Amino acid sequence: MEMKHRKLPTTKDMRPEEFKNNDYLLRMAEELNRDGAGIVLGTLDDLINWGRSNSVWSLALGTSCCAIEFMALGAARYDMARFGFEVTRNSPRQADLLMVLGTINYRMAPVLKRLYDQMAEPKYVIAVGGCTISGGPFRKSYYVVNGIDKIVPVDVYIPGCPPRPEALFYGMMQLQRKIKMERFLGKRDRNEVPQGLMENKEEKA
Amino acid sequence: MEQSFLDYYSLEPLTRWLHDALCGVMPEGWAVFLESLLLGVVILLAYAVLAVVLIYMERRVCGAFQCRIGPNRVGGKGGLLQVPADVLKILTKEIIRLKNSDHVLYELAPYLVILASVISFSCLPWNKGMEAIDMQVGIFFVLAASSIGIIGILLAGWSSNSKYTAIGAVRSGAMLVSYELSLGITVLTVVILSGTMSISGIVESQADGWNIFKGHIITLVAFVIYLISGNAEANRGPFDLAEAEQELTAGYHTEYSGMHFGFFYLAEYLNLFITSGIATTLFLGGWMPLHVAGLDGFNAAMDYIPGIVWFLGKTFFVVFLLMWIRWTYPRLRIDQVLNLEWKYLMPLSLLLMLVMAVLKVCGLVF
Amino acid sequence: MIQQVTEKIKQWCPQAEVETAGETVVSVPADKLEDVCRKLHDDTDEPMDYMRDLVGVDHGEGVLGVYYLLESTRTGGRVMLRAEAKGGEENPLLPSVCRIWKTAEIKEREAFDFFGIRFTGHPDMRRLFLREDWKGYPLRKDYDMDSNPLELTSEVNADVTEEFNLRPDGTLERRENVVFNPDDFVVNIGPQHPSTHGALRMRTSLEGETVKHIDPVLGYIHRGIEKMNESLTYPQTLAFTDRLDYLSAHQNRHALCMCIEQAAGIEVTERVQYIRTIMDELQRIASHLLFYSCLVMDMGALTPFFYGFREREMILDIFEETTGGRLIQNYNVIGGVQADIHPTFVQKVKEFTKHMREIIHEYHEIFTGSVIARNRLKQMGLLSREDAISLATTGGTGRASGWANDVRKHHPYALYDKVDFKEIVYTHGDSWDRYMVRMDEILESCAIIDQLIDNIPEGEFRVKVKPVLKLPEGVFTASVESSRGEFGVFLVSRGDKSPYRLHYRSTGLPLVHAMDTVCRGNKIADLIAIGGTLDFVIPDIDR
Repeated sequence: MEMKHRKLPTTKDMRPEEFKNNDYLLRMAEELNRDGAGIVLGTLDDLINWGRSNSVWSLALGTSCCAIEFMALGAARYDMARFGFEVTRNSPRQADLLMVLGTINYRMAPVLKRLYDQMAEPKYVIAVGGCTISGGPFRKSYYVVNGIDKIVPVDVYIPGCPPRPEALFYGMMQLQRKIKMERFLGKRDRNEVPQGLMENKEEKA
Repeated sequence: MEQSFLDYYSLEPLTRWLHDALCGVMPEGWAVFLESLLLGVVILLAYAVLAVVLIYMERRVCGAFQCRIGPNRVGGKGGLLQVPADVLKILTKEIIRLKNSDHVLYELAPYLVILASVISFSCLPWNKGMEAIDMQVGIFFVLAASSIGIIGILLAGWSSNSKYTAIGAVRSGAMLVSYELSLGITVLTVVILSGTMSISGIVESQADGWNIFKGHIITLVAFVIYLISGNAEANRGPFDLAEAEQELTAGYHTEYSGMHFGFFYLAEYLNLFITSGIATTLFLGGWMPLHVAGLDGFNAAMDYIPGIVWFLGKTFFVVFLLMWIRWTYPRLRIDQVLNLEWKYLMPLSLLLMLVMAVLKVCGLVF
Repeated sequence: MIQQVTEKIKQWCPQAEVETAGETVVSVPADKLEDVCRKLHDDTDEPMDYMRDLVGVDHGEGVLGVYYLLESTRTGGRVMLRAEAKGGEENPLLPSVCRIWKTAEIKEREAFDFFGIRFTGHPDMRRLFLREDWKGYPLRKDYDMDSNPLELTSEVNADVTEEFNLRPDGTLERRENVVFNPDDFVVNIGPQHPSTHGALRMRTSLEGETVKHIDPVLGYIHRGIEKMNESLTYPQTLAFTDRLDYLSAHQNRHALCMCIEQAAGIEVTERVQYIRTIMDELQRIASHLLFYSCLVMDMGALTPFFYGFREREMILDIFEETTGGRLIQNYNVIGGVQADIHPTFVQKVKEFTKHMREIIHEYHEIFTGSVIARNRLKQMGLLSREDAISLATTGGTGRASGWANDVRKHHPYALYDKVDFKEIVYTHGDSWDRYMVRMDEILESCAIIDQLIDNIPEGEFRVKVKPVLKLPEGVFTASVESSRGEFGVFLVSRGDKSPYRLHYRSTGLPLVHAMDTVCRGNKIADLIAIGGTLDFVIPDIDR
């Protein structure tokens, strides 16, 4: 592809080459840049996206182990407030990011769906831990949802059981980069799954 | 002699000149209208800037108390652009309309809260000649205006049609109405001491010494009572029962999203500032510099510092005190909150007012 | 000891049979069960007043049974009863014992949920963990694993419960009990709520701010671990224990390893015992620090929250060096531990206990000494000793009510009979005592570690064990004092390479069950604080 990117996904704290497995973000960038954008709209878009990506307020849906690591992430040693994740809102209306921390089972699934529906746009979902990604060790259980992407669209998957706080950081920064890549003004319907995402999911399966 | 320097920083000549200049080219009515417009813009700007500063300060202060760093990546070393990023985010967030709520009241509530806060904010005396609204009953007006916010909170909780918000609203209703009493009475104590209700008048009366020093121990105790009830009025910990994140998820504004929630958020911080600003005005001499009797050189040096610096400095000191309290104590329970007010603070403040009146009548104050 | 009890039971009920495969089990016919239980409970010499557990088992061929694990708080004597449900697979019936031990109320609901055994005389026969519209009983051996597809419709929770009573002629009488009236102000606390410590849901009816009744709705993190165990080999089952109560990961796994080792006749070395004991105590400190953090956060004080996490990270570092895991360590294995301790382990642990002793005054200064904290915790959420025993609230919660129930003291395992430590017991049974028990236990655990850390003997850290292990037939149990109470393992083996039934005694289930008793009449803010002091971990309750 000889496409010149309007922008590359960067965050202040990590250079693009330090991120791995970024094919789908790059594909998103290509798609985004294919249509091009006006100077005014594009700059405004960048500004808004800068704001949005640096102020990701999370709603922690902590059902099990991963939630404790998320608490450790907020505590003094890791201190996620440094990167703009300072606030965790307990009301879904005020949150930007649904952190699904822990196994989701058949009784919790409607609750998860409802929480996602209650959140205000633009909203994102991070699936943390093996259980949320695929059911993890409980895959064969009669009561566990094998992957929350059957219920809500997922933006970033963070594997681990539970993932270390550093892994959580990495995943959340990936989300920041994804937000920076998006087109906020004049964008298409977010619920329409972008091309790259679909391909990526097939790879995963 | 010392008055001259205070006059030097006074804005009154400037505003008078502006008024005269405008009157020269248009009828007075138009001139006043234009000035009001200008003033409104300035006040709103100051309001927004201060909100950003306060939120940033809160994050740094709580970070320091909690042995952590706090925001330090967004926009340079100190995380200075963290709050602007938050503001941008919240401005672009969807505002959710609830299906089974009272739409008019639901959407009116955040505006009431922010309105009350802006009106009280514009009464603050920044400097000599820099009071936007300065009337004979200024302090009374502030108390009245700030009470409108309670209606906003009650409406927000009621119209959201949710049990959590309803509990939060009823809690804040009970609490704010109660603490309004001791707040009002301590303010009256100062009014008795100063002999005026005008805000500029109260500040002027402290030219020979701040009220906190003038009223023996009485104003000191009144200051503490004022801080406690002011903290409660501002809905901040340990009196943040209306929000009570751990009990009611987000209290009365659980159902609000986007900028409507932003209004509540802004108003919380500005109410903190207003509480501290009024405390400064009433007890710490407003924009008056610190004077120590007998040290003329020191006093003269203090006069060089503009009044607005004094005012902001003192106010932010009180803000820091309140943040310190918030990040130290656990939350009170609703019955403990009401007990504290009705059994201790209110009788005590009544007593203080009585004693102050007797002292004033007998001429025993400085 | 056990002979005395069995003889007594034989006197009361001559049909009783004693089985001694593994541990001694006294089999009692269903119609005599209530009578025997009542007499055991009211016995003058050795009253069996503490019901450790109630476990349902599908014996196959349509026979459903229930095991009753009883203990006397006076003598520490234990006995296990077994009863078989009458009525076959279609309509299994057993008399309820919830009027004798209150904790049976929730445990019988669990057995009903998993096996469909209906307990006559039980006032509340609803599902416990599974959705109310669930079809079938998953822990029966013939359950079809695909019979219930994922549904995204919200379930409707019934406000009425069923009670069944046996008429003298053998027919069933159905009665309805009301949980919430239509005009009750019912607030949903959970399953997504900042202070329920996980996916717990409490339907709470309020009178103003005062709590009238709490109805816990569980199962929002039920993963069917007990069913999955039945298709795994013994070493594989270990993985799930860490994920039950992740704050007692070491202790839980210790219990299961102990149970399997005891059944297979494996002796672990002295070195392993030392390592396991030290790890258990480190885990306890880490858990109590998190308890402190969560409690203060529930009460709205955010700063002390960071103190607890600060010291906890030190423990996690020690864990990580030796085990490779921070929260979930997968360290104990059958016959020993996964890997030998790290060379710096001893030094770091010593540094930590020293540091912990020196820094704990900060915790007390910022929170314990605060007048608001005292007012919020003292005389709040009273739980009497009798209620604590009847509700089987083990661990710190029971000890705060004056019930000395520390397994480490009364049924010592590993090295606990060799070390000198005090069992922390308070008497008031209020939130304050529950808080202080944990704070004192931090120091007590430091003392235990200090006695052991310098004397770790040389030796193997693991004895060779066959990868596919077959246990002899029988019933085996083991229990340890986990961070928040007695964690028990109940294992039925039929001689296969995987367990026939493997059940865990949840430490948190009785605590959640006690919420209604403890919170009633208190304010909604206290409900949160009391929940914090009871200290439950939801994945351990739901399993």
